Amino acid sequence: MRHVRISSTPIQPDQELAVLAGLGGGALSSFTGIARDDGGVTAIELEHYPGMTEACLSSLIEAATARWSLLGALITHRVGIVPVGAPVVVVGAASLHRAEALEATAFLIDRLKTEAPFWKREHYADGTAKWVEAKPSDDARSDRWS
Amino acid sequence: MKLVYFASVREAIGLSHEEREVPNDLRTVGDLVAWLAGQSEEYASALNDRSRLRFALDQNLVAADALLGGGQELAIFPPVTGG
Repeated sequence: MRHVRISSTPIQPDQELAVLAGLGGGALSSFTGIARDDGGVTAIELEHYPGMTEACLSSLIEAATARWSLLGALITHRVGIVPVGAPVVVVGAASLHRAEALEATAFLIDRLKTEAPFWKREHYADGTAKWVEAKPSDDARSDRWS
Repeated sequence: MKLVYFASVREAIGLSHEEREVPNDLRTVGDLVAWLAGQSEEYASALNDRSRLRFALDQNLVAADALLGGGQELAIFPPVTGG
């Protein structure tokens, strides 16, 4: 079970992950990224590269499946306006035992952060908006899987 | 060639995409970006800081020294910030 979804409407992590629960494994690991209230941010806005985004996320799941013994994996990512407190991304992996699912989940979100063509803009209460800068610490986390 | 721009690069150029006839003697992605930067002040400004630009040729991430080959679509954008 490999699943990639780009959503312009709100996502519910439990609903996204339900498909991974019935695969017969003993482990289901997930990560949910949430729009953060960073000093007056009211919402974030996500832009992406249609076509390349889906291909990139699918290839990340392929890489995770080749590296770990997984029963399934999924990535669901929001685009458009996401209010503070709402989910931006859900990553999940299912396996027989916990180690594979836990590591694959970390791999998927770390690589997504540095490779998938999404761009975030923060919206503030005063009506202004600012593009988010990429963080060197994200590159370091992604590189540790090389 | 189809040129595609995202995020701050899209805003600085004022277009999300365009079709351009590009000179035959451009070999690499970096050559094309340097040529594009010479087209107007807006492009020069948008493409000024090359260290902050990332590229995808036919929807695959590539470095500035990648050969254009027969590529049909070049995307230019800042470092990605999803997740």
